[in-house]
Amino acid sequence: MDILYKIFIEPFVFMGEAPDLLIQTLWEGLVSGILYALIALGFVLIFKASGVFNFAQGIMVVFSALILVGLYEQGVPALLALLLTGGAMLILALTVERVVLRPLVNQPDIILFMATFGLTYFLIGFGELIFGGSPKEMITSELYLPQGTTEVEMLGGFVRFQHLDIAATVIASIMIGLLAVFFSKTRIGRALRAVADSHKAALSVGISLNQIWVIVWFAAGIVALVAGIMWGARAGVSFSLQIIALKALPVLILGGFTSIPGAIIGGLIIGIGEKLGEFYWGPLVGGGIETWLAYVIALLFLLYRPQGLFGEKIIERI
Amino acid sequence: MLYREAGQFKTNYVADRAIFPLREDRIGLGLIVLVAYSLAFLGNDFLLQAVLIPFLVFSLAAIGLNILTGYTGLLSLGTGAFMGVGAYACYKLMTAFPEVNVIVWIFVSGFFSAGIGALFGLPSLRIKGFYLAVATLAAQFFLQWCFIRIPWLVNYNVSGALEAPLRTLFGIPIVGATATPQTRYLVVLTIVIVLTWLASNLVHGRIGRMWIAIRDMDLAAELMGIRPLQTKLLAFAVSSYYCGVAGALLVFLWYGGAEYDVFNINQSFFILFMVIIGGLGSLIGSFFGAALIFIMPIVLGIVLPAIFEPLGIPIAAETIEHLRFMIVGALIIFFLIVEPHGLARLWQIGKQKLLVWPFPY
Repeated sequence: MDILYKIFIEPFVFMGEAPDLLIQTLWEGLVSGILYALIALGFVLIFKASGVFNFAQGIMVVFSALILVGLYEQGVPALLALLLTGGAMLILALTVERVVLRPLVNQPDIILFMATFGLTYFLIGFGELIFGGSPKEMITSELYLPQGTTEVEMLGGFVRFQHLDIAATVIASIMIGLLAVFFSKTRIGRALRAVADSHKAALSVGISLNQIWVIVWFAAGIVALVAGIMWGARAGVSFSLQIIALKALPVLILGGFTSIPGAIIGGLIIGIGEKLGEFYWGPLVGGGIETWLAYVIALLFLLYRPQGLFGEKIIERI
Repeated sequence: MLYREAGQFKTNYVADRAIFPLREDRIGLGLIVLVAYSLAFLGNDFLLQAVLIPFLVFSLAAIGLNILTGYTGLLSLGTGAFMGVGAYACYKLMTAFPEVNVIVWIFVSGFFSAGIGALFGLPSLRIKGFYLAVATLAAQFFLQWCFIRIPWLVNYNVSGALEAPLRTLFGIPIVGATATPQTRYLVVLTIVIVLTWLASNLVHGRIGRMWIAIRDMDLAAELMGIRPLQTKLLAFAVSSYYCGVAGALLVFLWYGGAEYDVFNINQSFFILFMVIIGGLGSLIGSFFGAALIFIMPIVLGIVLPAIFEPLGIPIAAETIEHLRFMIVGALIIFFLIVEPHGLARLWQIGKQKLLVWPFPY
């Protein structure tokens, strides 16, 4: 009975006793959830338009952040470096489309998935060759990102808000909003949705698949750059950010591979669930459960809804 | 010229169903086994310890994953963790019952891995494709966390690492610091040959046909009377069994001791590479894949300095490491573009061409 008490009652009593701690944990979960969502968004963009499960999204986050910091270290002004990094992502998108995607058109999904693995390895080697393997500082103040913290008194305690986290939340929300508008209102957005529905039908009405792929890979690169700046500012720019990018996978299956709102809500569920679980239930089993909790949450959700929360319903025919 | 079908007549159904219908194939296989055994006496310690033993271990793990991904069509990213279960189970059994021969425990430890694998395979009935791949990541991260957090698994060892105790077979040490690479190679080779033979019989028989039916279309297979749950779980169990044995071999007959980090997510990806590059749904492909992915970096490590240094470009060890990553990545993409069905298909095409050589018809 003791163990049941510890699992089902004690954490909630603790939450009620110290609401400020609960708010703090929820806020941290929210921020990391939004950042997970931002990474997951990159996956969704590419999956929607080309059906490719792009494993390289994680390394693209690291790679873009490395280029930005590397350029700044070479004496390029910060904002110009930002633009140049955007250009580098465009070049990457063009190269990937030409070298990897075009020859592999019409292959099974798993082959394309593997090809993005190859891309991941290539980018890891390339990035380390040029920028070295040591972690770098993100140029936070040069990009006019706020630093410092505000402490707000509420519910009988202090809750601490990092300015950077607030900025990250705002920027990520703007980014997500822009993408939503881009997808639903613009000509290219409509073309993207057409391609997502059916490659063949889109081709038959004169949409160029190659062009669309470059556009989505570029968009995913820009999303990766934003995610890279935000994660880099929080945790430093190094190749270990890749592990964080893997966390975007449960977010993705929770929300469904093809849904942008799904990615956001999935990100929030995972981010908040993970922080609450680690803080309130983690000590029961010795801590460190953050590494797998996200996957288990996603797995349990999947057992009830195999297509994710917002994914398209899977209809099987013979 | 030497490789001809002509004159070899099949007079009964057993001969018709043979896995190696050509006499030349059977002779070739015998030769390969012979060469593999004689390498134990001809090869030096570096070749055995750094190339051949790991190659065989990874081949076995790749066969395991191939049963799951290639034959049954279930994508798994938890291979590393299942290997870990085998290794930890073997360690516990070896230290708890030191009087029983270690070979027995290596084979038994696979069953623990099989049980855990079947447990994590349960979601596969409802979840498919990439969703399943991510679901198996839960196994990977959860099991790895268990390896770190449960000190009972390493007998409360302070270092938290698995250490191979001395174990003998017929009085010759095969596990532990004093075992020579030669004896360890012979043990690994024998185990791999036995298990490969078993796997070959499995996938060519009724069970293998069930797996393939599920892979090609699970709904249709279900309508034909194949039970999807049992078949998928069996695939998970058999696959994990192979991975578990490979994990035990990896720790006790190759490294001689290891930490939890050996069984991380990169190990899982590494094995998946081997399976896909080698060829999905092909046993010989697993060997090709393991050879390419494992041996290629070693060869590059030797070849790259040999190319660059005469040109007057001295390169540091880490630069080689980075170049290796780049080249491996590029080669994966290259092989996928050239032959998406893997090296096994190239092998098949080569044999077909050889049958009619020198005339192209």
